[in-house]
Amino acid sequence: MRRQDYSGVVVTAPVSVPYLRYSQETAHWWIARALRQVLETAGLAPRDLDGLSVSSFTLFPDTPVGLTQHLGLSPRWLDTIPMGGASGVVALRRAARAVQAGDADMVACIAGDANRIDSFRQLLSSFSRFAMDASYPYGSGGPNASFALIADAYMAEYGATRADFGRIAVAQRANALQYPNAIMKKPLTLEDYLTARPIAEPFGLYDCVMPCAGAEGFLVMREEEAARRGLPFARIAATIERHNAFPEDPVQLRGGWAMDVDELYAMAGFGPEAIDVVETYDDYPVISMMQFEDLGFCAKGEGARFVREHDLTISGDFPHNTSGGQLSAGQAGAAGGYLGLVEAIRQVTGQAGGTQVAEAGTALVSGFGMINYDRGLCSGAAILTGADR
Amino acid sequence: MTGKLAPPRKKNPQLRQRVPTLPPQARSRAALGLTAAAARGAFELQHCAECGTVQYPPRDACAACLSVDLLWRATARDGQIIAETRIHASPDSYYRERLPWRAGLVRLAAGPTVLAHLHGEVGRGDRVRMDLKLDKAGQGVMIALPQQRTPDMADDDVLRTLTAHPKHRRVLITDLRAPVTRPLIEALLKAGAAHVFVGEAESWRRGSDHASIAGLDKVSVLPLDVTDATSLKKLAAEIGGKTDILINTARHVRPGGVLGADTVFAREEFETNALGLMRLAQAFGPAMAGRTADGVNSAVAFVNILSVHALSADPHYGAFSASQAAALSISQTLRAEFRASGLRMINVFSGPTDDEWHQPLPPPKVAPKALASCVVEALCEGLEDAFCGDVAKDLEERWRRDPKVLERELQGGGA
Amino acid sequence: MSGVLEDLAQALGTGAVEVVDLTHTLDPDFPVIVLPPEFGQCARFRMEEVSAYDGRGPAWKWHNISMNEHTGTHFDAPIHWISGRDVANGAIDEIDPSVFVGPVVVIDCSEGAAGNDDFELTPALIEAWEAAHGRIPAGAWVLMRTDWSKRRGADYLNMAEDGPHSPGPTPAAIELLLARDIRGFGTETVGTDAGQGAHYIPPYPAHYLLHGAGKYGLQCLSNLDRLPPTGAMLIAPPLKIRGGTGSPLRVLALVPGGKLRGEHP
Repeated sequence: MRRQDYSGVVVTAPVSVPYLRYSQETAHWWIARALRQVLETAGLAPRDLDGLSVSSFTLFPDTPVGLTQHLGLSPRWLDTIPMGGASGVVALRRAARAVQAGDADMVACIAGDANRIDSFRQLLSSFSRFAMDASYPYGSGGPNASFALIADAYMAEYGATRADFGRIAVAQRANALQYPNAIMKKPLTLEDYLTARPIAEPFGLYDCVMPCAGAEGFLVMREEEAARRGLPFARIAATIERHNAFPEDPVQLRGGWAMDVDELYAMAGFGPEAIDVVETYDDYPVISMMQFEDLGFCAKGEGARFVREHDLTISGDFPHNTSGGQLSAGQAGAAGGYLGLVEAIRQVTGQAGGTQVAEAGTALVSGFGMINYDRGLCSGAAILTGADR
Repeated sequence: MTGKLAPPRKKNPQLRQRVPTLPPQARSRAALGLTAAAARGAFELQHCAECGTVQYPPRDACAACLSVDLLWRATARDGQIIAETRIHASPDSYYRERLPWRAGLVRLAAGPTVLAHLHGEVGRGDRVRMDLKLDKAGQGVMIALPQQRTPDMADDDVLRTLTAHPKHRRVLITDLRAPVTRPLIEALLKAGAAHVFVGEAESWRRGSDHASIAGLDKVSVLPLDVTDATSLKKLAAEIGGKTDILINTARHVRPGGVLGADTVFAREEFETNALGLMRLAQAFGPAMAGRTADGVNSAVAFVNILSVHALSADPHYGAFSASQAAALSISQTLRAEFRASGLRMINVFSGPTDDEWHQPLPPPKVAPKALASCVVEALCEGLEDAFCGDVAKDLEERWRRDPKVLERELQGGGA
Repeated sequence: MSGVLEDLAQALGTGAVEVVDLTHTLDPDFPVIVLPPEFGQCARFRMEEVSAYDGRGPAWKWHNISMNEHTGTHFDAPIHWISGRDVANGAIDEIDPSVFVGPVVVIDCSEGAAGNDDFELTPALIEAWEAAHGRIPAGAWVLMRTDWSKRRGADYLNMAEDGPHSPGPTPAAIELLLARDIRGFGTETVGTDAGQGAHYIPPYPAHYLLHGAGKYGLQCLSNLDRLPPTGAMLIAPPLKIRGGTGSPLRVLALVPGGKLRGEHP
């Protein structure tokens, strides 16, 4: 059956609450701030909201159910997306269908996480059952070590080098310098990248994100509603989602996007060549490189050559992770899965300010989440277009 | 090749002794199957009873056919390292003290990909032999080893944290008169032990190997009687701070059932075999538990030699079996109490030993020399439960299958 | 009668009568008799702390102790041996308390025992002693001095592959002492019999004959070199254990002064 498109539904009110490296505030606090800002942007009161989608690792012992009482909301549609880096894309596609079907009129999608001293260690040690049983006890390197293994296998298989990964990190830092909320404010050279202290070989310091506290959010509503309120909005051209793709692969050299990429572009009605801005999930540069391949920007194994041949900065020929990505903006837990999506909404609605890519009419956002054991299990992607396209 | 481990230098008395820390120890119930296998040196993974698929990480349902009938089965140990990393940063206190730490992904011939500790001699592309070992937290972990044994491979830093190897360590054997003691001393010294202390009870009795043992190089004979708390206190005050491995060979055994006229032999058996273990642990345990992170010659293991009839009584040795069951139970509590320190409690289960108390029994019996090798092997491999000799192995197997059937067989009801 | 005790009290006060302790210290490492391992064994003295001014008992210290009836310096009652099992009042709680205080004579065999681990007390030696000190009075404790109590460690049991070697009486010697109607017989060694006493007929003659005749034994005595051959008084009250065959005890001797002051200035 041919999938239904998302006509009539739009996404609007992109909000980023500036991140902090460490904060005593709770996830509830961060989510409240993002929600309030989203509502203010759209000129809504809390009672106008009838749908809520929440992603957070640090609400415990609460769930989004408890959050409704905590925040005084009475939604008729409530979703919780525990998919880490894939949360943004997945929250978007669920919310869009709810609005499209009339189950909700006005959905706020919010991701936010706290980061106290030591909370990252506690999160890692109990991240998942398989991680607890079969990865954390092996050096307790956390995702850095798990992805270092993937990077090691990837480099061995395709001949990519650290310098190739470095190009991605360096370009993103250049972008971040234009993004006021970025945690990283110092320029980064390839030399800096290559000589950084090792974290989990082949990764050095600049392969890794900085865990921090923060929140991101946006609204999903019917197009006429956005128009009535005069809100700049983006349309959803296509989305995909996949979990535990290619389980038989001994090591993750490709993500779930590779399974669904054809459908993504078929739904959008155009191919990768028509994408103006790309926001990949960059928990590590190697994962972004993998997404360039799996999302069709180059052939498998050509990622390294692709980054050598393209300029990934805002003004370059392949604007990528324009707000600096998590590598330079910071990773605020589940909000890291929203960062690219919120930035993409700003890009195609012309609200990106210093990071604005000229004439950005289409943006591809990809998400990747939950390293349950040895690989990221959730993958997703969405293509957004500006109102004029 | 692994470099030879150098003997430790004398301690700098101005430096604080390292406080023991443990690697992450939380596990799901399913994953404890790895621990159970590692504890006795087996390499087992879950196999689906319906479709045969080998599972990893441990789980509750088959990832190929959703059957919940998953059985822990011996699994081929060969694999190939397909990726490796050297970890330089970790939020975990135990690993922070030991960085950098290498880990790798190993594609098992049996199917799954396993994240494993890497022995220093192996790296990406190498074919390896997988092993399950208990880490300092007492949990089963995977390690990739060289396919072929190499001369000093046991000296590897990583492997050394997963074993209780006697090399450069000081060992206390509690009973000079036990037949196993003499061959045990020889096996320990051969394995590289730095010194062997041997306890002797009631030196006012003669008829022991005192002179020949006391005359050995790197061996000292000291007064120790596991039935006498005073003697233990005294000796612990003397050598408790440099006992890295304690091997309890003290044992009292007399044939006979329970319906006999008295409890005199039983009391002696309990005094020596059960309460003696308790007294030893009380005297030496705390100091050993405080020294488990003390470098090359850190305290590492407390070894108890038990009859396999600790699992199920031999009615011909009724009270003795009971004392062994009690000792086993005490060792389990001690294991829990030693857990926070990483000190390993090793039980070596033996079948009937070739001595005067088992003289009328038919073979096979465990010769003292064979028992000594089992003990040293348990240390070198870092086991928690070792079954020594054919009788012990056979009985363990039957006990695993059905304890009740075994009980009836031991009563003579099996045809 | 009260005058006697007043005199004694005065003599004790002035040192004219000295109190000599014939008891070894009870200690976990003090040797006990060792039987072939298939037999039940004599329990060693053991002591475990119950509290020591700590959480287990804040203001007091005390121990649980355990031992055999025949551990350390001890008393043998007639029912200890099969030959004495039917003796009237043969259990330790049944013995008339007057038995526990009485005259003592000491036969000095120390010279012979110094040269011969298997030194025997024979009728000839007893008769020679009587020639020097007079006939052994009826109702006397007879102690065989060997200075064995000065031995330490493995030399005390003096165990060899053919069993222990230590001095003791021959069957005829015990028969002679019984003919004198003694109260009991005591030694410095771990038993009243010689180390090799199993090889006499009857085996273990001191145990067999003495207890069969309703007499008593004392073992593991010390300080016998501080007693005169005659003239001392022995105080040896065992614990009153119901049906007991023996008991650890504190053995004291009252010794008239002169000799001691002469020999031990």
